[in-house]
Amino acid sequence: MRLSQILPVLKAEVLCGTKWLGREAETVYGSDLLSDVLAFTTEETLLLTGLTNIQVIRTAEVSDLAGIVFVNGKRPAVEILAMAEEKGIPLLITKLPMYEACGLLYQNGLKGCM
Amino acid sequence: MRDGSLEQGISLHFNLVGADFDSAGEASSKIKLVLQQIGIRSEIIRRIAISAYEAEINVIIHAYRGKMQAEIYSDRTEIRLEDQGPGIPDIALAMREGYSTAPEHIRKMGFGAGMGLPNMVRCTDEFDIQSVTGVGTIITMMVRH
Repeated sequence: MRLSQILPVLKAEVLCGTKWLGREAETVYGSDLLSDVLAFTTEETLLLTGLTNIQVIRTAEVSDLAGIVFVNGKRPAVEILAMAEEKGIPLLITKLPMYEACGLLYQNGLKGCM
Repeated sequence: MRDGSLEQGISLHFNLVGADFDSAGEASSKIKLVLQQIGIRSEIIRRIAISAYEAEINVIIHAYRGKMQAEIYSDRTEIRLEDQGPGIPDIALAMREGYSTAPEHIRKMGFGAGMGLPNMVRCTDEFDIQSVTGVGTIITMMVRH
């Protein structure tokens, strides 16, 4: 599913990387544990997380993730957005909690990384 | 791909500073960029980048300082990290999935899940760890292209 199609499902807002919204997310992973993200995701995965620190962007970069959705309306700092923009990682934000956000994406046909 | 410079290898060196979380991952990011520039397959780059990043983060979390070195050859990438730090008293225990000694503030950042070392093993073709308590740890990894 394209990130642009995911936006309305999660009632999400784009924080940066509008030009990459055509990117396909093959799978979805929800976690606040970055080592789990590094261990269990595959390329072109969309990450849902409550973490907003700089290491989330690094993790997305080294794991070739399709993008990041911050759940619970958590907004990262400006320098985090700038770094994501530089690395080519689109960032979205939704007010939905993790469980609801994952559930909606699953209902819309997106599967996990197994 | 098989030009002379690649056969000799590309050598990258980085200094790592303990607790410097803002820079953590920069070395791995630069290694990834070089691998992309020379046209290594993306799934291979991903394995190298993830193992390098896990190892780099470990030095930032646990050690006082360290050196990271990547040697990129036409058929493989070798990464070596040598740190000055507390060392690992029980390597077998540290290699177990889910085991972590990371303090609470590190866990709040999303690390300390106890997946770092197992993840390095999973992503690499060769992995070696040597540690002396109170001195430091040396990790060497190799991924075939």
